[in-house]
Amino acid sequence: MTDIVVSLSAVSKTFLTREGEGTVALEAIDLDIRSGEFISLIGPSGCGKSTLLRIVGDLIEPSQGRVEVNGKPAPQARQDRDYGIVFQAPVLFDWRTVEANVRLPLEVTGIKGSERDQRIREMLDLVELGGFVRHYPHQLSGGMQQRVAIARALALQPALLLMDEPFGALDEMTRERLNAEVLRIWQATGKTIIFVTHSIPEAVFLSTRVVVMSARPGRISHVIDIDLPQPRTEETRESERYYDLVTEVREALRGRAVESTPIRPGAARTRAEGSFG
Amino acid sequence: MSDPSHDAASPPEPYGVLEPDGLASERDALADPESYEVVLDVEGVADELATHSDRGAESVVGRWSTPLGQVARTTLALTIFLVAGALLWEAFKWLFGDPWRLEDILGTGASYYHEPPFYLLQASDRQLPHLWSIAAEMVEPYQRGTDVSLLQFLVGSALFTLRQSVAGFALGALIGIGLASVFVHSRNSERAFMPYVVGSQAVPIVALAPLIVIIFGFGVTSVVVIATYLTFFPVTIAQLRGLRSPDPRALELMRSYGASRWDVYRKLRMPASLPYLFTALKVAATAAVVGALIGEGPGGVKDGLGKAIISYTQQYITGPEKLWATILVAGLAGITFFMAVRIAEVVVLRSRQGPGS
Repeated sequence: MTDIVVSLSAVSKTFLTREGEGTVALEAIDLDIRSGEFISLIGPSGCGKSTLLRIVGDLIEPSQGRVEVNGKPAPQARQDRDYGIVFQAPVLFDWRTVEANVRLPLEVTGIKGSERDQRIREMLDLVELGGFVRHYPHQLSGGMQQRVAIARALALQPALLLMDEPFGALDEMTRERLNAEVLRIWQATGKTIIFVTHSIPEAVFLSTRVVVMSARPGRISHVIDIDLPQPRTEETRESERYYDLVTEVREALRGRAVESTPIRPGAARTRAEGSFG
Repeated sequence: MSDPSHDAASPPEPYGVLEPDGLASERDALADPESYEVVLDVEGVADELATHSDRGAESVVGRWSTPLGQVARTTLALTIFLVAGALLWEAFKWLFGDPWRLEDILGTGASYYHEPPFYLLQASDRQLPHLWSIAAEMVEPYQRGTDVSLLQFLVGSALFTLRQSVAGFALGALIGIGLASVFVHSRNSERAFMPYVVGSQAVPIVALAPLIVIIFGFGVTSVVVIATYLTFFPVTIAQLRGLRSPDPRALELMRSYGASRWDVYRKLRMPASLPYLFTALKVAATAAVVGALIGEGPGGVKDGLGKAIISYTQQYITGPEKLWATILVAGLAGITFFMAVRIAEVVVLRSRQGPGS
């Protein structure tokens, strides 16, 4: 089972409110993610998908359950810099040039000299920003800033890339362009990607599997395999299978409403309980 | 941070939304409600300064956004302020002052006589001399038997006072940065010591100055300590806020690299705090001058502007212009120091500037 990059078993997270009451953000999450998969987490607001991503990255501790990344406990994996992360906002350091922003993780981890320079160049070429090394973030468009953030996340060459609604703040055109770009990077580098999104078409277009979550408490309600052929192109977006899958994900998201009414539990089609390794 | 959601939420705020978290913790730390007001006051001044002196209007006046343009803008604003002040001054005298006469204007033999329509004691030549009388006094020797003009003498005194201010300013800034750096890493130390930091400013400096002189002795040291005392406070408050200003996600990012506290401090918190720091340093620059001026009296320092103010106050009856000249020079000294910090700010922060940043 060395093939498994991320393994979550019986993970739950309860946040304590100020009044001392607990809010269950995630409950009984079981999920195995294989190397090279592109997993989208999709669900309504408050279903805990970002929380789940942060638990994988050891930015939040789970209340219960076991989280393993690359066969190691999540905190160890974080210390080993086993993943890169991209947020909805680029979160670039505005006092640093594009080049210096990508250099940041390399500085922190003590990678120096020609190797560092080469990695920076490589990553910026990968996101096609090789000509903007000396620019400051405020001189770039939102989409370009987010590409810098991706280059920065990849600079440490992690096997796992965590993306938290990375294109949520961008316009539709830019979003589609960056989707294609992420796919290209995914194929070129063979990374495993966990991608949080609100957008059904985005999730279907990008993923090998879509994990549909329901809210209050956050659970995995469906896991849908996306069997669209690779590489995905603009034609993929127009194929019949694509529309079918979009519909399937949409219904799975709606299924949440059906499920939450106690009359007809388990009505959804591709109900997936437990581990999906 | 280049955070579009922040930008959209608050375009006119030059440094993004003020962090409620930091403010709340400062509130928690302050047991004494009176001292708490002091904090709010200082922060208010700091924020206002930040809003007015900085990058808020940049997108409107693009060409002012170059470093040189920014300095020019500040200079222009100060000049307008000074000219307006001078005009108000003379307008007040024109309406309420003593009558005056200009003889033989430009050698034409013509003369001019002005009789103000009203009279107020406060506008009399004794209480509020004409600006031109003050200017005339400045080029006269400052005392009998010397060639040194009053202006030269005052500029020399101002430089002496400024040296003490700069020393106190530097020391106060270091202490402020140090305290903020400790506080940001330890809520307990903040809770323990922040009330004393705030309480220290509740004691009037004029009451404390003689005590400081008793402890540190007569001389420059005491003056520097007093200037330090006035400087460290705004720096501590603003720097603490600045060190807490990074986007939580930026902190998560550093955590994902397994960065040490020291790395987080020097690569994220410190650079992110610089705009806050400079806002505080501009307040502190003028406060340091005030501290030095106040300190020179009890400190027994004879070469600075503080001493000049005291002696010319005693000689006011015989020469009101001298005191006014000293006050004007003292004001200019404060402005000079302020401008020096402003220029440093523009230079240090030049790369961050631009529309929407």
